[in-house]
Amino acid sequence: MKPVVRYAPLLLLALLWEVVPRAHLIDPRSLPPLSAVAVAWWDLVTSGDLWTNGISSLVNLSAGLLLGVLIGAALGILMAWYGMLDDVVHPLVRALYPMPKSALIPVMILWLGLGAASKIASIFMGCLLPAVLSAYNGARGVDRVLIWSALAAGATRRAVLWEVILPAAMPEILAGIRTALALSFILMVASEFLIGQTGMGYLISFRGESGAYDSMFAGVLTVSAVGFLADRAYLWAMQRALIWRE
Amino acid sequence: MAATEIAFEHVSHTYHPPRGKPVLALDRVSLAVREREFMALLGPSGCGKSTLLYLLGGFLPVEEGRITVGRSPVAGPGPDRGIVFQNFALFPWKTVRQNVLYGLEKQNLSRAERERRAQEFIDLVHLDGFEHSYPSQLSGGMKQRVAIARTLAIDPEILLMDEPFGALDAQTRGLMHEELLSIMERAPKTVVFVTHDVREAVYLADRVAVMSARPGRIKEIVETGHVGRPSPEIVKSRDFIDKVDYLWNSVRQEALLAQSERSGAW
Repeated sequence: MKPVVRYAPLLLLALLWEVVPRAHLIDPRSLPPLSAVAVAWWDLVTSGDLWTNGISSLVNLSAGLLLGVLIGAALGILMAWYGMLDDVVHPLVRALYPMPKSALIPVMILWLGLGAASKIASIFMGCLLPAVLSAYNGARGVDRVLIWSALAAGATRRAVLWEVILPAAMPEILAGIRTALALSFILMVASEFLIGQTGMGYLISFRGESGAYDSMFAGVLTVSAVGFLADRAYLWAMQRALIWRE
Repeated sequence: MAATEIAFEHVSHTYHPPRGKPVLALDRVSLAVREREFMALLGPSGCGKSTLLYLLGGFLPVEEGRITVGRSPVAGPGPDRGIVFQNFALFPWKTVRQNVLYGLEKQNLSRAERERRAQEFIDLVHLDGFEHSYPSQLSGGMKQRVAIARTLAIDPEILLMDEPFGALDAQTRGLMHEELLSIMERAPKTVVFVTHDVREAVYLADRVAVMSARPGRIKEIVETGHVGRPSPEIVKSRDFIDKVDYLWNSVRQEALLAQSERSGAW
């Protein structure tokens, strides 16, 4: 499909967003026309509000995501490799998995206070389990003959972990990280709703509460667009990294 | 060069499935493989012939009995026993060259020496030009040639082969037989070759050990009587046809036995 055709529904939506409030089919105070949102967005750019809040958000998101993914993947692989660890950790993972991680934000505030640490910890919690489970499943699914081939070639068990289990589990790990990436955006915004001062979530809720709805929508659109672009970029990088697959 | 004669002494192995009762896979197997001998292990599927090979490779623990190589008992895998699996077991994230280099990197060799040896074995299996291809880009026969090059590059004294050509079409299999024989002619090794293909066993091996249906035992050992490298002509000889016929019946009996036991168990 040509891009013009593929994105036609989006263009239509944008058009409706402009026309409907202007025709007062919807109260423009509830839904400012898209052009007003665009103007508000440009104001956020020129005033620097978008940069300070955006950078604060991205820093926290990167920290939480990176920590969650690294620790989660390591934990998942070790669980698959060491039965003892699996016996201890797996029931915890199962119990925590269905829990909405945003419910932990108030707990993080209680423990870590109203600052960046609580936001990072919340994002970390959201990213941890998808990484653990994908690495665990990936590592468990490694064909034993690959491990045997490495051992027969003279590899130590520790070397097998790095040289066979990790790369063999990589496709699943990378797919798990994609899930974590999506969750990290949710937890970033949610934690910033509750923990004020900075961040895109704070900007959205603050502008909303103060009645600057065009700015609020500009914030929502920015977060959505960045989330979408991050996912696309990640997908592209992932496909490049897994070029060896059939 | 260390002694490479192999001895299985009263080796039993019980398989514990995740669910269900333990299964006796091997029952007091005793077998001696001579130095630089090509020994085929022939038997119906499920007779434990691969298990026997995995025990010798050190991949599974020897729980009952003893396996020795030279004079020393097998304790875990090692580069003295190279293995080639039916489904190639290549590292899919490594190129042909990187796969062949893998074992060489574990040895105390200079970089130049590693590269030279890798190229030598890639050339040996006629894969020059494919050094930078990933396994997913190769045909089954090419993948198995990579696996053979990877195993031979580290120069194991013993070569274990687990139905290595079972996944290949008949034409490719025939070509691979000739390649394997010519490699063995240049660098003789002790080979233990697991197969359920009677003709393949008789063609390649010096001796064929027939295994019984589960629990696996050595039913009989047949000398193929090759003098030097077998040529493709021998498959037309009376002697070859008789041996294949004899072994085919011997394996068939075991397969039928396994089948009746299975239906009895229902």
